Amino acid sequence: MSESQTTQLTKKDFVSDQAVRWCPGCGDYAILAQAQKQMPTFGRKREDIVFVSGIGCSSRFPYYMNTYGFHSIHGRAPAVATGVKIANPDLSVWVVTGDGDGLSIGGNHFMHALRRNMDLNILMFNNRIYGLTKGQYSPTSEVGKVTKATPYGSIDNPLNPPSLALGAQATFVARTIDRWQKHLAEMMERSYNHDGGSFVEIYQNCNIFNDNAFEEYTGSEKLDNVIELKNGQPMLFAKETKGLKLEGAKAKVVDMEKHSVDEILVHDETDLELAHIIANWTSNPDLPEPIGVIYSIDKPTYNQDMVDQISLAKEKKGVGKVQDLLNAGDTWKVD
Amino acid sequence: MGKNFKTIDEAVIRFAGDSGDGMQLTGGRFTETTAIVGNDLSTLPDFPAEIRAPAGSLAGVSAFQLKFSSRDIHTPGDKPDVLVAMNPAALKVHQKEVIPGGTIIMNTDAFVKKNLNFAGYESNPAEDGSLDDYFTVIPIEMNKMVKAACEDLDLNGKLVLRTKNFFALGVLFYMYDRPLDATEEWLKKKFAGKDAIIEANTRAMHAGYNYADTTEIFTTRFKVEKASLPPGTYRNINGNYATSLGLLAAAEKSGLDLFLGSYPITPASDILHTLSAWKHFGVKTFQAEDEIAGVTSAIGAAYSGNLAITTTSGPGIALKGEAIGLAIMTELPLVVINVQRGGPSTGLPTKTEQSDLNQALYGRNGEAPMPVIAAATPGDCFFAAYEACRIAVKHMTPVMLLTDGYLANGSEPWNIPKVEELESFDVKFADGFNADGDFFPYLRDKETLARPWAIPGTPGLEHRVGGIETAENTGHVSYDPENHHNMVVIRQEKVERVQNDIAKTKIYGDDSGDLLLLSWGGTYGACRSAVETLQEDGKKVSHVHLRWISPLPKDLGEILIHFKDILVPEINLGQLLRLIRSEYLVDAKGLNLVRGRPIGAATIVEAVNKTLG
Repeated sequence: MSESQTTQLTKKDFVSDQAVRWCPGCGDYAILAQAQKQMPTFGRKREDIVFVSGIGCSSRFPYYMNTYGFHSIHGRAPAVATGVKIANPDLSVWVVTGDGDGLSIGGNHFMHALRRNMDLNILMFNNRIYGLTKGQYSPTSEVGKVTKATPYGSIDNPLNPPSLALGAQATFVARTIDRWQKHLAEMMERSYNHDGGSFVEIYQNCNIFNDNAFEEYTGSEKLDNVIELKNGQPMLFAKETKGLKLEGAKAKVVDMEKHSVDEILVHDETDLELAHIIANWTSNPDLPEPIGVIYSIDKPTYNQDMVDQISLAKEKKGVGKVQDLLNAGDTWKVD
Repeated sequence: MGKNFKTIDEAVIRFAGDSGDGMQLTGGRFTETTAIVGNDLSTLPDFPAEIRAPAGSLAGVSAFQLKFSSRDIHTPGDKPDVLVAMNPAALKVHQKEVIPGGTIIMNTDAFVKKNLNFAGYESNPAEDGSLDDYFTVIPIEMNKMVKAACEDLDLNGKLVLRTKNFFALGVLFYMYDRPLDATEEWLKKKFAGKDAIIEANTRAMHAGYNYADTTEIFTTRFKVEKASLPPGTYRNINGNYATSLGLLAAAEKSGLDLFLGSYPITPASDILHTLSAWKHFGVKTFQAEDEIAGVTSAIGAAYSGNLAITTTSGPGIALKGEAIGLAIMTELPLVVINVQRGGPSTGLPTKTEQSDLNQALYGRNGEAPMPVIAAATPGDCFFAAYEACRIAVKHMTPVMLLTDGYLANGSEPWNIPKVEELESFDVKFADGFNADGDFFPYLRDKETLARPWAIPGTPGLEHRVGGIETAENTGHVSYDPENHHNMVVIRQEKVERVQNDIAKTKIYGDDSGDLLLLSWGGTYGACRSAVETLQEDGKKVSHVHLRWISPLPKDLGEILIHFKDILVPEINLGQLLRLIRSEYLVDAKGLNLVRGRPIGAATIVEAVNKTLG
């Protein structure tokens, strides 16, 4: 807690004066409410928080947060946020993006921001559809999806966001669901506390163009299809009636009435090989959908390395003076 | 040594050889020495886009031209007096441009059958006398000479042969009476720890010098006296380095941290390289994943309060277009530098052109005006870059700085400025409410129409910006038709107010006359040289050079109407020309040559004389 923070901020302090304009029933409302609720708990001054977004429904997010905010252009939020963070590494910088914004038009920036371990908190609202442009298939839509742009069904293979993030050398990869308010809050906090680039995929329902896309994981009795990852814990799900075993690199669901918990795979957030395996369970009909922190390790950040390089250069060479540089090299006088 | 010294006003020399022959380096050394001697000079490096085209091929020829003079000069010269041709391909490409009666020095050891065939020569021009009627031909067996000079050195034959460019340099140093010591010192620094290399190159240079001294073929040496330049301390500088220094000076003067977001591209990359080495100045350079990330990271850095720059060339500007629109919409200070090259598409990456003026002025969606400034000479890149930064911050707008490949790589003696004498550059971030207990991010300065710069970290001023149209003053999202119209007009008016910062236009020559040469950017030197020649001939010709193309200076219209004819030389098909014609309804004419090379002063003189009739 900083000294200047004499009064504790509340959710209200993070609500801007702008009317929220998402469709009624949109999953974005739940995510916004949770962000507004969580921000004050981080003990960060409001002026030190910046939300940066691209284009899409989710990218309206910064307008509704009473922090500094930048609603940029399609796909470029990670690059804009990179500039914000390098220019002032003391800021807490959040990127709000969607599956189209972040993975399609902005796929390159997404990948490189993670590779550099730039200390950005990237929240990707994945609704597996283009909402703002009124319902075309997205890079996470399933094969065969019928939309206005694919009347005969989509023939594009979907991306798997956590696998992509891991492939891009991300140091923090998690997944949560808009309706899981407590879990969502926890993932935001983990993301905030991770020193380095963090990627949180949020399954978010678009009730207008892709309603119930995640119904199989969110209905109360459907939790059997989901595994909540907990570091150091055995991988049990379906009210601990089922567990996951590894056979080679392949996971297999086992009945806990017939197996001992000692046989069950234990989650280790720091194990990259395991993270790749878990990420690959995504949308596999034979396995539960992995939710939670898939991977988290500490690694030097680009932003801190840059600060260190500059300090070291100043220390070694002394702080540069432009006039000295102008006068350097071979010079001659004309009288 | 008994040879005649002939004093001349100026000389133009050109080194040409294979990409691997070190011609740029040789030219660079001759340039530095010539600068130290105190001549005015101007250079034109001309190299292929391929890093190493097949040895001996026409495509692989790399050249470096230098003009030096005892007078104030503005161009690297049209036709060389002396051509050094290190192989047949170099001779083939450049011989036709040598002044009649000029000197051609050839490395005859490279004029072997294979190379001759490669260059398309059926017989050996070094031996068949085909050039003798037109030029003084000096054949030298350079390979043999350097081998002999380095015989006792412990260095393999290939490395010894690489010193032949220093042999040629030694010959030219002798011809033009230049000292060798600066290059000896340079070799010691450049190859510190590699004593054999230093020794070999030093020997090769001396061998060239002595060869020219002792043989009878060089009957005359030339003296070019010191130029009478304005008093000051001088250095030689090229455009990209000057641009980098200008940005750094702007950062120091404003107290802002410098941020560069950039993606490598010819011929702009040297700015990225130079700034990246200046970490001890606090410079933050970010080599982005693409052109778009280069500019958008800079926009983010501007939002956070850095002096934000993005550098590129034409194709990069095309990619950055949407983001530049975002900077216009969010009214953030940003300097976009376009080191122009031949286009469209990949075009001619290593050649110069002025064909991105339209792109600078109009290359964005919507009504998206921005100030556009252009540098006139290599040294002027410093001042243009500084000015671009100052205007960007003062007026809270992106500014486009146009340089070009010729300015970027060309060099000239430069009267080193004093940082303390540069125009002041004060920055004030917003630090409190500006609207009755509230903060309006788009409430404008009455004089400039600039909005306040409120950066994250400032308590109480939390606000949102974005690419959607904003309501006047409050900056909230607005789809109101009247508001949009007003904002479009305001953004245009804001750019026009930059006119108040533009100095009165200088006319070189009389205020009225038969013809006005109107130029912008890198054609400055050729136009100025042409006007000097024409005025000496008694022609009523004046010259106006534009620094700002957007907005145009207030007084330009009044100047134009006092000339019977207006000629606009450009390395494009008339981009400024059309602007001038439409803006001022004058019957201006163009001189448009798009060859990837500067327009020569002689060509302009000829065109003016033709117009004058």
